[in-house]
Amino acid sequence: MTINFNEFNNIQLDVLREIGNIGAGNAISALAKMINRKIDMSVPKVKILEFNKISDMLIEPEEPVVGILLRMTGDLTGSILFMLDKKSARLLVNMLFGFKESASEFFDEMEMSAIKELGNIMTGSYVAALSMLTSLKVLCSIPDVAIDMAGAILSVPAIEFGKMGETVLFIESEFNEGDNKVIGDFFLIPDVGSYEILLKSLGVIV
Amino acid sequence: MQDNIKVGMADYKVSSHPGVLVTLGLGSCVGIALYDSTTKIIGMAHIMLPSSKIAKTVVNEAKFADTAIVRLLEGMIKLGANKRSITAKLAGGAQMFSFNDSSDSIRIGLRNIAASKEALAELGIPIIAEDVGGNHGRTIELNSSDGKLTIKTVGFGLKYI
Repeated sequence: MTINFNEFNNIQLDVLREIGNIGAGNAISALAKMINRKIDMSVPKVKILEFNKISDMLIEPEEPVVGILLRMTGDLTGSILFMLDKKSARLLVNMLFGFKESASEFFDEMEMSAIKELGNIMTGSYVAALSMLTSLKVLCSIPDVAIDMAGAILSVPAIEFGKMGETVLFIESEFNEGDNKVIGDFFLIPDVGSYEILLKSLGVIV
Repeated sequence: MQDNIKVGMADYKVSSHPGVLVTLGLGSCVGIALYDSTTKIIGMAHIMLPSSKIAKTVVNEAKFADTAIVRLLEGMIKLGANKRSITAKLAGGAQMFSFNDSSDSIRIGLRNIAASKEALAELGIPIIAEDVGGNHGRTIELNSSDGKLTIKTVGFGLKYI
């Protein structure tokens, strides 16, 4: 069971991109409703990388970020990682609490819980869109939050992937919120065996 | 000052003196730093998984603890290192997320550490220092002038082993 991602054709890549687009679009409109702001999203990127290039992909692999990770189970298995830089997480938390003007680098228990819930709602919306689009049944684990180096966080889903393949495929969607520059990334990382299911469910022949 | 040589994920590099090997953002992966005190030749591997035996095909030997360490040692010997004076330092193997449901994947850090130790023991390379486990990421830097391993973390400061 090996798929050579480098042999994915344009249609297949387009479909994966579109999945990222719809999933993240849904997640971001959920966020926009929560904080009552307008949020812009970039066109998702589909990236196929060898493992030793992962840390190069991140602009600052040592930069501390907030990572929210969930496992998908059901018809489709894989991980969803939602990554926010610390400043953006702080801004979002301030917005959520409404009255806060904190600039602290640290998050208290209540704030961590808010971040977790934020991640829960966003990734939930992402998966709901994915499930609707593909008519696949997808269940989500409870999200887990870690604040640490971007490279270390991204390595967690990469390891899952490493059990099967030599390259890792990310569907990455970026978004930002107006002047406040909330910058976040979504990574949809299906397990190796799930690509075929994902593409087939959308009528793309693998 | 010479440039630092970057070691990526599932990768290994060797260098003769003077040289600095760096690997950024170790999570559950383990960084194995080897140092030959007589020739000052250094080597570093960044492994992702414990054993090549779990994979059906091994394309990239640098991915697994058991195969990567063997290759790393060969690389150092090729540069002229003396196997007898090589010592090892380990870092990484953290558990970044504390999932309560999945069983196997959460302990991957611990399994990576155990497999690295086993592979080093088999080759007869003594481990003289380690900074492993926990739940935080690490960036490590190995300097050929004294074999010192610098460990940078987020929130846990700087450490030398």
